Order: sequence, then structure tokens, then C-alpha cells
Amino acid sequence: MALTGMQIYKNLPKTNCKDCGLPTCMAFAMQVAAKQRALSDCPHISEEASESLAEASAPPMKLIKIGIGENSYEIGQETVMFRHEEKFHRRTGIAVRIPSSLSDEEATALVEKINKSAWVRVGDTIKVSFSAVEVDGVDDPGKRAKLVAENSKVPVILIGRDAGKMKSAAETIKHKNPLLYRAESSNIDTMAELSASTKLPLAVGGSNLEELADLTNKAREKGAENLILSFKTDNLGDTLRSLTIARRAALRQRFREFGYPAMTEITAEPLEEETVLGAIYAAKYSAIVLINGSEPWEILPILTTIQDVYTNPQVPNTVEAKLYEIGNVAENSPVMFTTNFSLTYFSVAGEVERSKVPAYICVVDTEGLGVLNAYAGDKISAEKVVKTLQEQKVVEKVKHRKLIIPGLLPIFRAEIEDTSEWEEVIIGPENAREIPAFLQKMAKQ
Amino acid sequence: MQIPDVKEKWVSRINEVTIGATSEQGGTRSKTITVGGQSTLPFLSFEGESPHKTVIAGYVADTLPNWPDVLKDAIGKEINSPVEWAQKAVEEFGVDLISLRLIGADPAVKDKSPEECSKVVQDVLKAVDVPLIIWGCGDDEKDNHILPECSQAAKGENCLIGSAKETNYMTIVALCKADKHKIISEAPVDINIGKQVNILLQDAGFDLKDVVMFQTTAALGYGFDYVYTILERARIAGLKGDNLMAMPQICDVGGEVWRVKEAVADEDILPGWGKLSKRGPLWEATCAGVYMHAGADILVMAHPEAISIVRKIIEKTE
Repeated sequence: MALTGMQIYKNLPKTNCKDCGLPTCMAFAMQVAAKQRALSDCPHISEEASESLAEASAPPMKLIKIGIGENSYEIGQETVMFRHEEKFHRRTGIAVRIPSSLSDEEATALVEKINKSAWVRVGDTIKVSFSAVEVDGVDDPGKRAKLVAENSKVPVILIGRDAGKMKSAAETIKHKNPLLYRAESSNIDTMAELSASTKLPLAVGGSNLEELADLTNKAREKGAENLILSFKTDNLGDTLRSLTIARRAALRQRFREFGYPAMTEITAEPLEEETVLGAIYAAKYSAIVLINGSEPWEILPILTTIQDVYTNPQVPNTVEAKLYEIGNVAENSPVMFTTNFSLTYFSVAGEVERSKVPAYICVVDTEGLGVLNAYAGDKISAEKVVKTLQEQKVVEKVKHRKLIIPGLLPIFRAEIEDTSEWEEVIIGPENAREIPAFLQKMAKQ
Repeated sequence: MQIPDVKEKWVSRINEVTIGATSEQGGTRSKTITVGGQSTLPFLSFEGESPHKTVIAGYVADTLPNWPDVLKDAIGKEINSPVEWAQKAVEEFGVDLISLRLIGADPAVKDKSPEECSKVVQDVLKAVDVPLIIWGCGDDEKDNHILPECSQAAKGENCLIGSAKETNYMTIVALCKADKHKIISEAPVDINIGKQVNILLQDAGFDLKDVVMFQTTAALGYGFDYVYTILERARIAGLKGDNLMAMPQICDVGGEVWRVKEAVADEDILPGWGKLSKRGPLWEATCAGVYMHAGADILVMAHPEAISIVRKIIEKTE
């Protein structure tokens, strides 16, 4: 978080010695605040003052990395409570549990399934982010951890309370930088020492927020710095409140004990409920949700929620401005155009799909604005539509010369007919929802 | 260790809106439903109260919607009759109230007459004793014809009638005033228009304490983020003292979700996406559950399994 000039000035010697080359300490402080000078340019600053400034300028929520290299996942450094205040910076990762009850073969098969749990949705890959392996109940924790770590294409979480077993598992795969899950009041000392000596990130959970603050403090005193606040779902309201209070305390009050990303372990029967809870807690401040299910139908609703809620609200979602083919198009298929605002495009494309009438949709670049806003903001014109149709060589795809235009832009008809080869312009529906009936009626004629 | 006090000091409350009327109140419902009244964001009981739980309204239409078989089969043959459908939703699916959509009135669907529509309203009111939400077909001109008749048929029942938009609010205000119903104000995923419609309703002499906001609902994956954020922003504005945004909010989850690919297409079209019989209901339940946490007070839902999952979560979240 950026410091103000005054905050910096308070920590300077205030001697106006000019050794930094500036006339006063205040002038120097202002330049440091503007990032034009480094604090170390002051030769007289005390170690204590520079440490306190470094701490104050640290982000209120730490960035934590799990895994290594390309096979790593970063969480934390979030800055806001609501996405409309700025944006959520890092997508929640889904962790799928690999229970200790599984045999080696079954565990390997589940890891394979996790590796394959990736889908492309609206042009973007969404996938499971962690293999979370239980080591408490297995005979040889090191062997199980190694088996999973070697096969997993996503970072690993080691689940266990027995510090001895966690230690042997962690030692075996520490080069993969797994997350240790989790320290509680009963094992905080040994888990924190393990995290400190191996430099592995550690999840810490308490029976309430006060205890959690004590435990993260304790872990840090032992040298464990990469922490994650861990919550469970025994009481759904409490889980939400704890996640909310911890995040507010970190972001608004810079409460250091909670200055870490959060994760939530979902335990719910039946599994269907787990999906909904996973999505809820992903939207509400959990950087990781740990779940038991591994079926696509359980995971996809959570992944899609994350995909939506973690988009940047300051940037309009757009699709590429080009010609899209919906269904098995042929030379007699209808042609229509719309804007590159993704919401508009996907509504139109979805309704065309529903109509079961194959059609071409030519997307015009409106800088991410919907039809009316684009028209009002001069981001779409008949000329631009004609130009896009030409660039996409649409006339070569179909033998007819009929163009369906959005019902909200009837005013474009004459100009398009007069200035292009699209000699018959048909005014389509105002609302995407009316497209199926419209296309089906057209197809019959 | 002492935790810092992070309570928000909200200055206002969300309006309480009651739907339905019992015999003492001039109606025939066995109970009424009240939503709103919160003095904080959903479930944050450490800084305020949420006196009424989120309610589930069962989606019922006068005409069979264009829905996938997984949904139609789950509802059963009763889906062909709004009366039987409403009964089953109340008795078996356990919904709190009924949301009746008169889609058959749409000139592009069946172009049903005002008399046909008001008959459906009367029949549903007779068949179930829970409060009723009545929506037109969405075609403004046609709704101007059917809604007055429907409103009159339900006079005294204190229904929630939808929806008032910039284009048709005068008619809705007139009939809701005359027949003493509550209004749904609708905006097309635009918080500013949402506020504008409320101003129009107020200017037309309608008490905003009798209004529920409908920000239009997006299905999960299709503009969900916009609606999620509008629900949150509207709720925050209401708690911060903006009387024009202090209404309870309704989401038509069932009416939206069952149109999108993820809830309609099985594995033959979406290989590797898991069986639709499981994925579809979860698409609806997830969408509803997350909207509830953004500030939705009434969730209109269709699939019995989705209703049952969300019901359990509502009951368990305190």
C-alpha cells in the first residue's frame, strides 16, 4: 500500500541535512512517496525507521505462492471487499481432495482425473487448481505424497494433522513447494517449525477468530511467513462472517495477524450442496476452496462462478470482432451482426443456437459496448458495419444478400442498402430472446 | 488476541415488503410472506439484523415453456397445467410462494386473451393458499391488456405484480393502486435505470415501500457478474440511506438458467461436462445460492432438486 509523504516524514531524522541532495526532509519524503527516490537514499535513516516503513508499505494481504515454476498458483494481495470497488485480483483455486482411504492405484487415477479437469468456456480455460492429498491415514506418507506430486499437473496440498507424518511427506516433496494443511492449536508449534524450516506455505485454522489471530502470530514468531487463513463450514453463517471480518481487518485496519489470503474447506452432504457452497465461498473471499467431489458437473458451476466474479469490472468483456458460425452453416444461412460486448454477443449466439437455425453472426468492434450504448457513443455506424462485413468476406460465404440488423438500429437500414452489396436489410428483433421465433419464421418462408 | 472492530455503520434499513393477504386482511391466503428489513449485508449478524430469510418462489407458467426434458421430467406431467404445477410446487417442492408467468399471452406464443389469463390467475389462487407473484408475458403492449384483468381477478390478495419498466409503468401503477398489489420494478441490468424506474414509480404516486426491485437476472456464465455486482451495489446503496434503492430484490433464476447451454445440453453436445441431469439443477442452485449472498431476497426457481438444495442452505445459514 502506498505511503503518504507525511507518514514517511515522521520516520526521517528531520534534520534537513541535505545529504540526500534535497533541501529538506519533507521534500525528500514527498519524493519517496512519489516513488522518485528510494528510502535508502537517506544516509541517516535508522534501521528501526526503515523497517517500520517497509512494513507499512507492504500490501495489507500477503501474496502466497504454492507450487513451482509453471506449475504454481498465486493467491492473496487482494485489495477490496467488493469487486465493483476495483476488482478481485486472483481467481479462487479449486482443490480436490484425494482421501487417504484410496489405494495407490485409485489415488493415481484421481490425480489423472484432476489433471484432466480443464474446460474451455467462452474462450477461456477454467480448471481445477490443486491436488489435495491426505497423508494422515496412509501407511507411508512420503510415498503417497511423492506419488501424487509426481503425477499431478497442478500444485499439491498436503492434508494432515499429525506433524510427524506431515514432516515425512513434506520432506519428500518440498522441492514442489506444496501447501501444508493445516496447523491448529494442537499442532501449531511443530507445523510452524516445519513450515519455517522448509519454507513451505502453511494453512492455519482456529476455533474462532481470536484464536486464529493468536496462531498466525505464533507461527510468524517461529519463522513461518507464508500463511493462509483456513476456515471450515460447520456453521455456514459463521464461515461467511469469519471470512468477511478477517478480510476487513486485513484490508481496512492492516491487522497483520489476518494479512493473508483465506481458504475454505467445504464439508457438506450431499455433494450437490458442496457445489453451491464452493461457489458461494469462492465469491466471498476464499482464495482456495477445498472440496471432495471430482465430477465435472460438481466442479463446473463453481469454476464458472469464479470465472464470472473474478472478471475485471473496469474492462468491458469483449469477444473478437469477426465472423462467427453458429451450427452447420451453409450458403443460404441467415447473416446478422451484433456488437463485440461479450454479454450481447453471447446472448445473441445463445438464442441463435436455441433456434436451431444455423446462422452467421458478424461481430463489429464497438469497444465492448452494447448496441444502444455503442450507437449513442458513436462506436457503431452503418459504415463500420459494412466495412466489417467486407473485411470478413461475408459475401463469399453466402449466396443471398439479406442482412439481419439489430431491432434497436433500424436507422441503419437505408444506408447499408444504399452503400453495400447487402441489398435487402431486414430489421431483426430488439431483444435477443425473440431471435428463435424470428429465425424460425424466416426459415419457413 | 483482540480482533479489531470492523463493523460497518449502516445508516438505513431495507424496506420490508409483505406479499399475500389472509382472510383477516381481505384475501384468501393461509399465510403472508415478508421479505427485506435488513440492516446489514446478507448474514453479517455481527453488525445488523436480517429479520427475514430469503424465500423461494416456485416458477409456474400458463403455457409449457421451451425447457429441456431434464427439467420438464423432474417437474412431472403437472407442468402442463398451471394449477397442478402450482400445487405440486407448494406441496412437494416446498416453495414459499408462487411466481406465475403468463407467457402464453405473448402474441408470438399463444396470444392468449385477457380473459384466459385472468382465469389462470383465479384458478391458481384457488388451488394454492400461498402468496402469488404475477408477471405478464414481457410484451408491453399485450401486458397492458392482460395485467389489468389479472390484477382485478386477484384483488385483495396483495400480489406482487411484474413488471414496471420505463415504458409501461403508468399502467402497472394504476392497476396496483386500484387493486392494492405490490410492484416489481424492472431494469435491464443497469443500476441507473433501476433507480430511474423507482423515481418514476414514486413520481406517479406509488409508495416505494411497496416495491421489489428486479435488476433482470442473468444465468450463471452469461452476465452473472453484472447482476451479482448490481445486487451488491443496490443493497449497499439502500443500507447507506438511498431510499430509492432500499427495496428487497427478486431474481428470476429458474426463468433464466434453463435457456443456457450448460443447463440444456447433455454430454453428446458438451463432451466431458458431466451428465446434464446433475449439471442442470446445480447450474440453477449455484446461481441462486450466490445471488442470495449478493442480496437477493426472493429467488424464483424451477427444478425441484435445485429448490431442495438451496432450501437446505437457506435453513442452515444463520
